[in-house]
Amino acid sequence: MADENVEMWEKLGIDIEKHNALLNRLGPAYQEIFLSRENRPEGMGFYDFVVGDIHGIRVKELRAHAAKGGKVVATYCVFVPEEIVWAAGGIPVGLCAGAQFSIPMAEPILSRNTCALIKSSLGFKLGLVCPYVQASHLIVGETTCDGKKKMFEILNEYHPVYVMEVPNKKSERSQELWLGEVRAFKDVIEDLTGNKITADSLAEAIDSVNARRRALQRLYNLRKASPAPISGRDALLVTQVSFYDDVKRNTQMINALCDELDERVASGQGIAPEGTARILVSGCPQAIPNWKLHQVIESAGAVVVGEETCTGTRFFSELVPSVDSNLDKQIEAVANRYMNIHCACFTPNEERLDDIVRLARECKVDGIIHYNLQFCHTYATEAAQVEKRLEKEGLPLLRIETDYSDEDTGQIKNRVEAFLEMVKP
Amino acid sequence: MIYAGLDVGSRTIKMVTFDSVVREAKVVAAGVNPLQLCRELLENKEYSRLVVTGYGRHLVASALGGDIVSEIKAFAIGARYLFPECRSVIDIGGQDCKVILLTEEGGVGKFEMNDRCAAGTGRFLEIMAGTLETSVADIGDLALSASRTISINSLCTVFAESEVISLIARGEEPGAIALAIHEAIATRIRTMVLRVGIKEKIVFAGGGSYNRCLARLLEQKLGKQLIIPESPQTVGALGAALLAGECKTGN
Repeated sequence: MADENVEMWEKLGIDIEKHNALLNRLGPAYQEIFLSRENRPEGMGFYDFVVGDIHGIRVKELRAHAAKGGKVVATYCVFVPEEIVWAAGGIPVGLCAGAQFSIPMAEPILSRNTCALIKSSLGFKLGLVCPYVQASHLIVGETTCDGKKKMFEILNEYHPVYVMEVPNKKSERSQELWLGEVRAFKDVIEDLTGNKITADSLAEAIDSVNARRRALQRLYNLRKASPAPISGRDALLVTQVSFYDDVKRNTQMINALCDELDERVASGQGIAPEGTARILVSGCPQAIPNWKLHQVIESAGAVVVGEETCTGTRFFSELVPSVDSNLDKQIEAVANRYMNIHCACFTPNEERLDDIVRLARECKVDGIIHYNLQFCHTYATEAAQVEKRLEKEGLPLLRIETDYSDEDTGQIKNRVEAFLEMVKP
Repeated sequence: MIYAGLDVGSRTIKMVTFDSVVREAKVVAAGVNPLQLCRELLENKEYSRLVVTGYGRHLVASALGGDIVSEIKAFAIGARYLFPECRSVIDIGGQDCKVILLTEEGGVGKFEMNDRCAAGTGRFLEIMAGTLETSVADIGDLALSASRTISINSLCTVFAESEVISLIARGEEPGAIALAIHEAIATRIRTMVLRVGIKEKIVFAGGGSYNRCLARLLEQKLGKQLIIPESPQTVGALGAALLAGECKTGN
């Protein structure tokens, strides 16, 4: 099977030697952060299998889809409405942009003061080390930050890119602009796939993506139990894999995992003893394989019980409401749903502060850790508002600003351990 | 009963033994084998419990059979023991600097630490001292001899060094350059203090507090008096030893 993979990667134009180095790095990290831990739910077996063959089995499915004339649409952000892609018979895949490995490959081009996620994204294309990028027919970007926006212009020199304009305010005019963007996106996807989106196909796509959102909501609700039935690392991994796995299969897998967790909760079985410090992580996305912060927090003896991030609640907390089988109305409902993501790219963004406070209370957390990718200015600046609000609510906060490298892990450990001592003396 | 505390830092290792008073306090330079140094420090010592803090805490505690505590908590406890009225701690160590606000009861209320960069740390002073052909022990007095005030803008160790070199090339007096370096550090610490919201009485600990110029500038910038312990480097190790006695750690 390994040889089959290599053959496939060669066909995709992957730089095999570099790619081997990437996989060789991922393996030991995964062993340490996931496989070596005890008492993990059996339902994580599927995710271990998927990550164990991270650039194999799923890519093969995408290739088979493409061989039949199907299209693969790659994305980086929760704002790109995946329903549209599914409805046109395409397959959307969220690209991983969470690896230190690909960063040096982008550094000759990008400014040093660029966030790790942007560097990692471009590096995967320039270094020819991501089969998902290579297997995609179109990459869809967005304007959620200035760094990405300009990076997409560069990426477009190497790969077909289409950029959606996400507005910066939540006003009616912005809603209107965004609705126009979703309509235009529909045209782009119809052109790419050669398939017309119908009210039926869109209704089906909305249903299946909503079903996955409900499954993830279910997982998050289970994490509210005390003791928590699953580690934050495992729960984060489930969300990360949801970005690129088949939507229907993944929904089944999440629900199967949740069935198992139901039993754990009913019998009071936890991943850590009751009384373990409970932490909510809030802030920037943690794209696969970025497990750095969760690993530090949970190695220090706490458990992460929620993520108010793009790889957390922002990905699934809102559903697309069901509307009549009228394509125009459906598109409007889809557009509205995405405008309800409380990303720091909006001003003002009070709703995010409400979300953090609500989640902190619902998940009964002892403290919140604000996760900021260095040079992500929207989240870094909004953190001041988060700090003010949480102080008012009497909720302890620790702010961490970092990137994907390991050089500051010692300092982060230090601060996280001190924070845990403070909130759970 | 004797309790031992170790603070395994990046530049120095500190050890304190304690029963009802401090029995012994030691500071040694950290080499490439901190574990060996710790073993030597504790050799032939009888103690009933060990607590380790500092960057090497996990390594040393697991090898020598001790518990761990963060430096933040260790410094808070040590400073409070020495000065029961203490509400804040400023610590300038080899690799990091921190500002800690204590609750009335003496717990950690809030803290700030520098992240990955060396700005505002002992190591920063050490490198700048090297560039000015003096030592970290003497750079403070050199700064106090300055006849005029200039400023440096960069706090990144690498860029600050090139800035210092260009000041030297301009013929600037070493004292004035040294003062500018201290000003930059004090300004940075002040920002951390403002974030935390410091309260009196303030204990200034860590190797950085040996520097008279830094202490003076900080007092000026904060408009508050700082208390410098007799043995400022061992406050964290003392806190660890006290915790060993209380059987109360974060982990």
